Amino acid sequence: MIDLWRCVPARGRIVIALALAVLLALPLAADRYVLSVLTLIFYFAYVGQAWNLMMGYAGQLSLGHALYVGVGGYVAALMWLRLGIGPWLGVFAAVAVASAFGAVIGWLGFRFGIAGVYFALLTIAFAEFTRIGFDHLELTGGAAGLFLPFEEKRMGEWWNLRGGQLLFYYLALALASGAVLLVALMARSRLGYQWRAVREDEVAARALGIDAFAVKMAAVIISSAMTAVGGVFYAFYYNNLFPSQVFEISRSIELILAPIVGGLGTVFGPVIGAFVLTPLGEALIAATSRLGINAPGVKAVFYGLILIVIISVMPNGVWPRLAALFGLKGRPP
Amino acid sequence: MTALLAAANLSKRFAGLVAVDQVSFAVAASEIFAVIGPNGAGKTTLFAMIAGALAPDDGTVTFAGARIDGLTPDAVCRRGIARTFQIVRPFPALSVEDNVVIGALLRRADMRSARAHARAVLEMLDLADKRGAIASSLTLPDRKRLEVARALATDPKLLLLDEVMAGLRPTETDRMVAILKRLNRDTGMTILLIEHVMRAVMALASRVLVLHHGATIAQGAPEAVVREPAVIASYLGVEATS
Amino acid sequence: MGGKYSPTFRKSCYCKTYGNGIIPPMWSIYLNVAVQGVLTGLVYGLMALGLSVIFGVVRVVNFAHGEFAVAAMYGAYVLFAVFRLDPLWALLPLAAVFFFIGYGLQAALINPFVGRPEHEQFILLVGVGIIIVNVLLISFGPDARPVNLSYGFDSYEVGPLLIDKPRVFAAAAAIAVAAALFWFFGRTRTGAAIRACADNLVGAAVVGLNVKRLYALTFGLGLACVGAAGALLVTIADATPSLGPVYTLIAFIIVIIGGMGSMAGALVGGVLIGVSEALAGFLFAPSMKSMFSFALLIAVLVLRPQGLMGKRP
Repeated sequence: MIDLWRCVPARGRIVIALALAVLLALPLAADRYVLSVLTLIFYFAYVGQAWNLMMGYAGQLSLGHALYVGVGGYVAALMWLRLGIGPWLGVFAAVAVASAFGAVIGWLGFRFGIAGVYFALLTIAFAEFTRIGFDHLELTGGAAGLFLPFEEKRMGEWWNLRGGQLLFYYLALALASGAVLLVALMARSRLGYQWRAVREDEVAARALGIDAFAVKMAAVIISSAMTAVGGVFYAFYYNNLFPSQVFEISRSIELILAPIVGGLGTVFGPVIGAFVLTPLGEALIAATSRLGINAPGVKAVFYGLILIVIISVMPNGVWPRLAALFGLKGRPP
Repeated sequence: MTALLAAANLSKRFAGLVAVDQVSFAVAASEIFAVIGPNGAGKTTLFAMIAGALAPDDGTVTFAGARIDGLTPDAVCRRGIARTFQIVRPFPALSVEDNVVIGALLRRADMRSARAHARAVLEMLDLADKRGAIASSLTLPDRKRLEVARALATDPKLLLLDEVMAGLRPTETDRMVAILKRLNRDTGMTILLIEHVMRAVMALASRVLVLHHGATIAQGAPEAVVREPAVIASYLGVEATS
Repeated sequence: MGGKYSPTFRKSCYCKTYGNGIIPPMWSIYLNVAVQGVLTGLVYGLMALGLSVIFGVVRVVNFAHGEFAVAAMYGAYVLFAVFRLDPLWALLPLAAVFFFIGYGLQAALINPFVGRPEHEQFILLVGVGIIIVNVLLISFGPDARPVNLSYGFDSYEVGPLLIDKPRVFAAAAAIAVAAALFWFFGRTRTGAAIRACADNLVGAAVVGLNVKRLYALTFGLGLACVGAAGALLVTIADATPSLGPVYTLIAFIIVIIGGMGSMAGALVGGVLIGVSEALAGFLFAPSMKSMFSFALLIAVLVLRPQGLMGKRP
């Protein structure tokens, strides 16, 4: 890790240190609304980073990532509600189940040579199938959903994720920071290089001895496991889960916006993307609600426009341009 | 001689067309062996069967005493055979050095030693000064040398070169020939190459196999093969020997 | 069903049981459901035909396909509400309008993306789809907008079958439009030129075909199909913004099952999906009808990615 720090240019180190210091101290000064927006930013940075691993580095397009959020959330929530087991244990089960889903999808896709558009459609099909399935599943509450009840006496049990905005703020910050660190380490690792080789040219990668199947499976499993943790966070933060909300395709698309706008295949891309998109979206909702226009619709149109503009003009995302501009590019190891 | 690579009765059919017809040959360790012939003779199909990209319909491929026919391309590489592609396939968005590092990572789990090895290989291929360049920005001759460097970084026992001189000017061809000669002399690397550029074949190969319509029409030392009537008639033309 | 059966027996086969309380035999209920499915499926097939043409030729992953269909549904709704124009007639102006939209969109926005990585095309069209759906949402609100035709509840009685008139007309119109498209691709020079582009892009350019213009033309034709399909869809379903993504997925499922690049496959696939959704919705629950389609998609992707009539991808 010291090696990693050494690769960050001096300017970059200052920016990172400052940013962390500010974010850690912010709750002293900011109000609840600001903290909730930031929590949302950290959440999207986190799940965006998980998706970035699979798409930005390994080049496998998944448009059904909401599946892992949902599965992770439901498993942890069910363990809490039905078995009284807290999320600090439940998260392991959530990760296990979600990775199993990921492994199945990966195995089907990679073993049978389903790639590109077809693979993306495969992921969508699984997410949709699961959504409709959960709608009719008694065990998970069906379409009516699951609710985590508010228990006054439990507030303060941070290990059970029962707490106020502050708890979730720091948890989300920890998750997002952890994800950035993880991606930074993986990007420089042997697996990270093998991912990029497979992404660039799978045939050439195989001719160099890379087991493309194993490498791609690793990407799906790690990505789905990471995303599941986000799902656990989601379940205990919002305290409700509906199949039609959690698994639906617009959620899958929502979580890929930040990495794409910020920059696929970069360490800070998803973070920058989340910081750009979420506040703008919230501000737009606030502005349009006051004017009485359909707020969610306007926000969505805005996101649609941003997608089109970014993918046309800056397909590599905002972060690479910004980094070049401010001299923040990392040196190779 | 105990052959490093031995192909026995290799055949491949594509929906009625016989691409490779009962071809047998052996390559000794530290030898440079060339496969030549007109377009469509089956050279690349032969290569593909050795490299694991295609499974033979008939026949066997033996490498270092073990059979490798039917193995996947990555398994073949792990056994010690590295190949280049006729149309080069660099990793476009990665730097020259990173391209070679990926090759080096086959036998080295440690990033540091992989990078050191990559730099040494780049040195050998005269690409050290371009190691920071992005692969997609390279000219064709540089890309060809990158392709060879990347394959070399996997520490192979046998190097398969598929028309590595194609598209190079005579000076660049000579440069590549010199590099390959040096490689063979200094490290004892065994090289099996497909080539059209006769200048390179005559300069490098100790033995030559000539294919035509998928079948062997001549095999032996280059000077002898080049004079055989069948070879002249099907491929070289009368001027080649004058 | 001819003279083999007595009139009383035939009457008892009708699905409409209120009145005489006779429950028709199961097989005739299934048959009715299946026939409904076939007719609906033909309209889905027309929509998917547009995608097949676009993806098969221009190779663009039109992930806004269903959203365009829903926009056409709203178009037909407006034309009906304002001019009392029957959607079957509205089909013509809508197809024309969507042709120009498609042509313009391809020429102006999508063309630079033709050679680019697939995920970038996907994202571009996802963005377009999001904008379409939400503009509709803002303009019309989230509630369903029905088109109440005068003959909306009429049906034809054919033996034991009770078939909705709107569905019959819609299916017939779908077949007519598809036939026109087949004629265009099979019999005209431009159609042949477009097929050439699909087969061999470099070769087409080399012989002097204006690929850019042909691509725009093709996208226009594809969206014209969608425009027509939307006009027909509104006679069998209410216009709702949220149907956009649903129809996009249906279109992709049909094209993959029927076979990418096969126009006949799109129609066959459409019928297959129409029938399976109708039967699944009937046997299980209406809300579960898509589950079977998605399971079928997964099976086809894994086992036979070229679909029923397509070429291996």
